[in-house]
Amino acid sequence: MAEFSVDPYVHLYARRTSGMSASEVRALFAVASRPDVISLAGGMPYVQALPPQDVLDVVTQVLTEQGNQALQYGDGRGMPSLRERLAMLMREEGTPADPEDMVVTAGAQQALDLVGKVLVDPGDEIAVEAPTYVGALSAFSTYEPTFVQVELDHDGMIVERLEEALLRGARPKFVYTVPNFSNPAGVTMSRARREQLIALCREARIPIVEDNPYGLLRFEGEPEPTLRSMDPQNVIYLGTVSKVFSPGVRVGWAMAEPGVLHRLVLAKEAADLCGSSLNMLVTERYLSGDRWRVNLRSLVEIYRSRCAAMIAALEARFPADATWTHPAGGFYVWVTLPPYFDSQALLAAGVERRVAYVPGTAFYADGRGKEKMRLAFCFPTEDDITEGVRRLGLLLADEEDLYRSLSG
Amino acid sequence: MSSKIAVLAGGRSPEREVSLRSGHRVMAALRSRGYDAFVVDPSEVPMIDTLSAASVSACYVALHGKDGEDGTVQRVLELLGVPYTGATPFACQIAFDKVLAKEALAAAGVSTPPWVSVQAAAIRDLAAGPILHRVAERVGLPAVVKPSRAGSAMGLSFVERDADLPHAVMNALSFSDAAVVERKIEGVEVAASMVGPEVEALPLVEIVPKSGVFDYAARYTAGATEYFAPARIAPEIAAVCHCEARRAFEALGLRDVSRADILVDPNGTPWVVDVNTSPGMTDTSLLPMAARAAGIDFTGLCERILQLALARA
Repeated sequence: MAEFSVDPYVHLYARRTSGMSASEVRALFAVASRPDVISLAGGMPYVQALPPQDVLDVVTQVLTEQGNQALQYGDGRGMPSLRERLAMLMREEGTPADPEDMVVTAGAQQALDLVGKVLVDPGDEIAVEAPTYVGALSAFSTYEPTFVQVELDHDGMIVERLEEALLRGARPKFVYTVPNFSNPAGVTMSRARREQLIALCREARIPIVEDNPYGLLRFEGEPEPTLRSMDPQNVIYLGTVSKVFSPGVRVGWAMAEPGVLHRLVLAKEAADLCGSSLNMLVTERYLSGDRWRVNLRSLVEIYRSRCAAMIAALEARFPADATWTHPAGGFYVWVTLPPYFDSQALLAAGVERRVAYVPGTAFYADGRGKEKMRLAFCFPTEDDITEGVRRLGLLLADEEDLYRSLSG
Repeated sequence: MSSKIAVLAGGRSPEREVSLRSGHRVMAALRSRGYDAFVVDPSEVPMIDTLSAASVSACYVALHGKDGEDGTVQRVLELLGVPYTGATPFACQIAFDKVLAKEALAAAGVSTPPWVSVQAAAIRDLAAGPILHRVAERVGLPAVVKPSRAGSAMGLSFVERDADLPHAVMNALSFSDAAVVERKIEGVEVAASMVGPEVEALPLVEIVPKSGVFDYAARYTAGATEYFAPARIAPEIAAVCHCEARRAFEALGLRDVSRADILVDPNGTPWVVDVNTSPGMTDTSLLPMAARAAGIDFTGLCERILQLALARA
């Protein structure tokens, strides 16, 4: 008799990998990426809108003028000239920013990992919005925390709920929020909620981690001040160029007060020594001058009309008792279906009908969200959005018939 | 010159990823035995043109799930006159559809758990929802609800209470136009693999998922399930399992290769719950494990299956 061990190292793995497993949903996404499937799933920026010549220009300039630097190791914090451009991006949103308070990371995603690494011991609590960014849940989960999930509504995180949790004895190491056009909910934290959150966290001495990838993608209404601008001492700010330039260059950053920053820099250096010099120089060049502003303006126009196409299609095609958010920017519409729908179970039928979305359960730490779905309008064309939502609407109508019959 | 072999893998079924893993391993194995093997993914390239242009000697079918395992691709290959591994179109179609396969198995006297099939059309068009409780009465609870046409335990759920049946049925119907509600058998799970030409029964592989349930994650996460080959069951019970697997193979008119999934209850009675015509060939798959326990390495297994197709050329 032989015991087959398909993985001889299985007894060696660290406890933190225990949540990493194959999943049905992941397998379905492999099919959803087939060209004939309209994917409303992925949050991919529409990089096709970047004028190729602009990119070619900056890459060529970097290689001709700064070739040696581009091919060399760099400063663990990221090159100062780039940090200056990133600080400028923050000032665009009215956030005072000093490049000295900043560490450049491999996308904001690495910053999430570093924040977890620096602040979280196994068993610590982290407060997150419910729903929250799935990538933050995965990044933090590596450090074996428990999550305090704070409901949100159309004005963002319901701060009273966080207050109640604190009164019940929750002691989160930090509060994580995506205040602008949140992923997945597409909602923006109101001014009043921002003030409330700042006051509560300052009082309770709990730092806020503000993740703001979409702030410059506003296509409607007036911007709210960033949390960082309201309380620099208590807010760790995460930014990225993924949405204003390209996610392919993997340039993001964290901004924090000196104590936290020092540890983030050491953690960054321990992880990968430094970011890609080539990509940092390319990003710096792209963000110099005015072309990025022009390009961003047309990109935001594209997102505006795609969002409008999605909302119009939802109104025309979705069940009368479904509701959805109306984002003023960003990438996502968050749909709430009647409670008998299970969006995770429906994904297979969706893919069969050549349309994909992300089931709501991905965005909660506790399996909630079955009746929710995230629809991304950033990447597909308006025609594809209209057709994709139509296909989904037909699927939901059939599913509703099935449910009505089953429930007698 | 070495034979050109197209390994069909990928496709657009929910098991696409699994199939690609199977296919690339098979391709590498066949190359190591000197064949000019290459992967053809019907959802990436026009399959018919590619096969015709390459004038392949045979196809190794490593597709799983809809289109690849249900006779669709096989019918096209018949028309093209290209020999291929595995069962004929009709046998594939029956075996892949649990509604039909259960009937065929039961008719041939193969031991399979009591079941009722529920078609989506019956619920939608005939408003059969209100009689769903009869399904539970007929089958008994706890029950397993499966899509009729899907693999890798996708869309499968367990039902303990009447009230959970509608949701489980809806879940299964997301994958297929019919669901099979089957009595849940508690016991030891084994896989009985058969491989031609003389249809040899390979040693049983016993499956012990750490979570208790052999679901998608337990199947494809290395280390999530323990396997024992041969299975740790009495030889006389193993013999009965082999016998049932062979009867299932014959009842469904299969050829070349198959894998029957069997549950052995505490009385030692084996129950056939599923029969696969295109068993997985990934690094966590059961057929290669069974072969290894019989002293057949992976490349030997692939070549042996391929030779069965080439012999039909």
